[in-house]
Amino acid sequence: MLLVLVCVGLATGLGLAFLTHAPNRLVSGRPIPLTEAVSGASLIALLPGLALLAGPFLPQRRSAYRLIAAAAAAFVVALLWLAGAQAAALAEISPRAARTSLGGGFWGLFICAALALVDAEDRLRLRPGRRFLAGAAVVGAILLLAASGALDQLAMMREYAARRSLFADAVLRHMAIVLGALVPTVLLGVPLGIVAQRHLTFRAGLFPALNLVQTIPSIALFGLLIAPLSALAGFFPTLAALGIAGVGVTPAIIALVLYSLLPIVRNTTEGLDAVSPAAVEAARGIGMTRGQIFFYVEMPLALPVFLSGLRIATVQAVGLVAVAALIGAGGLGAIMFQGLFADALDLVLLGAVPIILLALTADALLNLAGGRGRRRPA
Amino acid sequence: MIELDHVTKRYGNSIVVDDLSLAIRDGEFCVIIGSSGAGKSTALKMINQLIPPSAGAIRIDGKDAATVAPEELRRRMGYVIQSIGLFPHWTVERNIGAVPALLGWPAARIRDRTRELLALLKLDPEGFRRKYPHQLSIGQQQRVGIARALAADPDVLLMDEPFGALDPITRDALQSEIARIHRQSRKTIVFVTHDMEEALKLASRIAVMDRGRVIQAGTPREILAAPANDFVRDLVGQDEVGIRLLSVETVANRLRRGEAAPDQPIAATASLRQALSRMIAEGTDRLAVIDAEGRPIGALHLADIVRR
Repeated sequence: MLLVLVCVGLATGLGLAFLTHAPNRLVSGRPIPLTEAVSGASLIALLPGLALLAGPFLPQRRSAYRLIAAAAAAFVVALLWLAGAQAAALAEISPRAARTSLGGGFWGLFICAALALVDAEDRLRLRPGRRFLAGAAVVGAILLLAASGALDQLAMMREYAARRSLFADAVLRHMAIVLGALVPTVLLGVPLGIVAQRHLTFRAGLFPALNLVQTIPSIALFGLLIAPLSALAGFFPTLAALGIAGVGVTPAIIALVLYSLLPIVRNTTEGLDAVSPAAVEAARGIGMTRGQIFFYVEMPLALPVFLSGLRIATVQAVGLVAVAALIGAGGLGAIMFQGLFADALDLVLLGAVPIILLALTADALLNLAGGRGRRRPA
Repeated sequence: MIELDHVTKRYGNSIVVDDLSLAIRDGEFCVIIGSSGAGKSTALKMINQLIPPSAGAIRIDGKDAATVAPEELRRRMGYVIQSIGLFPHWTVERNIGAVPALLGWPAARIRDRTRELLALLKLDPEGFRRKYPHQLSIGQQQRVGIARALAADPDVLLMDEPFGALDPITRDALQSEIARIHRQSRKTIVFVTHDMEEALKLASRIAVMDRGRVIQAGTPREILAAPANDFVRDLVGQDEVGIRLLSVETVANRLRRGEAAPDQPIAATASLRQALSRMIAEGTDRLAVIDAEGRPIGALHLADIVRR
């Protein structure tokens, strides 16, 4: 695995442009290979990369994986620093409109280093808590680097500087829509899952319906909701006054709830299915009421499976909200599409990268919660 | 006193328990035995209302069980099942304290009771109370299961094939434990099994069930000596009847008081079966008998074992 990553990293890192430099954001830029970007003191930044090159030939021991993980983490941060430093150097000798963007070579190296880190963590079999801390340390280092101003001259950060408050609003709105969809989904999905677990005929009808919703492409579902919702708002002005409309947040949340129901309902049902029947019989036999059996026995034992469903639903919703920007829901997707339509790749990245970060963070946090639940195995 | 009074349980057209009447006196160790599908588990579960009867009445100390809230009834009766059913996410201590917690005992009292019960079941309290069920062997888990059933000091213990999943050595050890607990506490125990050996070893009274009915009820001795029909005769095992009779009778009953014998002595409380086994192993037809304090009280002759 690591050998493949090293080969791909080497090929893209040396074969593709590390950065591209353009006189303004509309024209395509001049490629700058890694060899040109690195000089003098900045060579140090490549040291962790060199360590990774040796990685596949190290003995398969924990100490080696630890070294690889540390080198990969350092390399991820160092690559960004290197790109930022080179962009700053170029900015000094270029006009204000000039842009330095991250190139294919950078992304190749960056992704390979990140994957090497994940691979090493897998082999180390870190506990969920440790793993979360490791991830948080890398992300924290990158955020510190950004806050220090070292990355300010990269095109993506310049787009950010131009839209500081807009960006903050977009992040908050993105998270608000995700939360606004997940809360009703859980409130609706958990009871549905409980009923489905107890009544087989209900289950047999429910899951095909939820599966069917999943097969509708998100963009089509958003579109499908426009007509009925605008009709509703037209007929009942009170609804319109409440903010119900064919476009905007309402259809986005409705569609998200429909999509998120499947993982929530399915994992609630499966979690309850997996509860040991002996434990439930014993609970009844020693005199627990139905409510006590549910809260003391069934719910805690079903929780890890439920949390993994919540994790899937959350990560899925973070991605889908990006698409919902197309029907005017706003959020980070709006920045992304603005960039797409304006052919400004850096603006696309300014929308897309935080979406990925949000998804990863939600995934890591819920994994951590699920891991705690699993600490006491059945 | 537990009375099942003309109790019937039907599922659709199939009758699982058929007009069953059985009275279990206080302090009795009543073993319900039968082949699978005989309705013995159903009969047991009707006592604590886990299964409601289709007809007939169940009375506990004269009071109709159907008039008591089922949860309240169950908290007054210990319940032990073959699949054990410890709560996997709770420690041993919390598992044992489950019923006292439901009854609202203060934490300190629950803790003391838990330790007492772990010691009673021969599990080191400090070593075990913080463990989770998956860290225990099956035998240890069932010890905790029995401790959980005894936690609120119920008068009645219902046990549904509790040792069916254990290996022979562990089963033997737990049979001895439950016999000891019964001797010491005088609790009423209703115990379901399909193993005649187990029934003879534990029961003060055996109820043989077949196709939803009680075929015969009586002391182990009565069942062995006069099986009511061919089914009971098959169940006790015709070739084994003699040996099994010996195992339910003690040396004290056949002893010649005051007589002396030279060999290694045997306790008066030992079964005749153990005595016979000793005689065969030692190649003798006489054993000295001692009482609980170790004083010689007489002798046992082979001829007296064989006479009926």
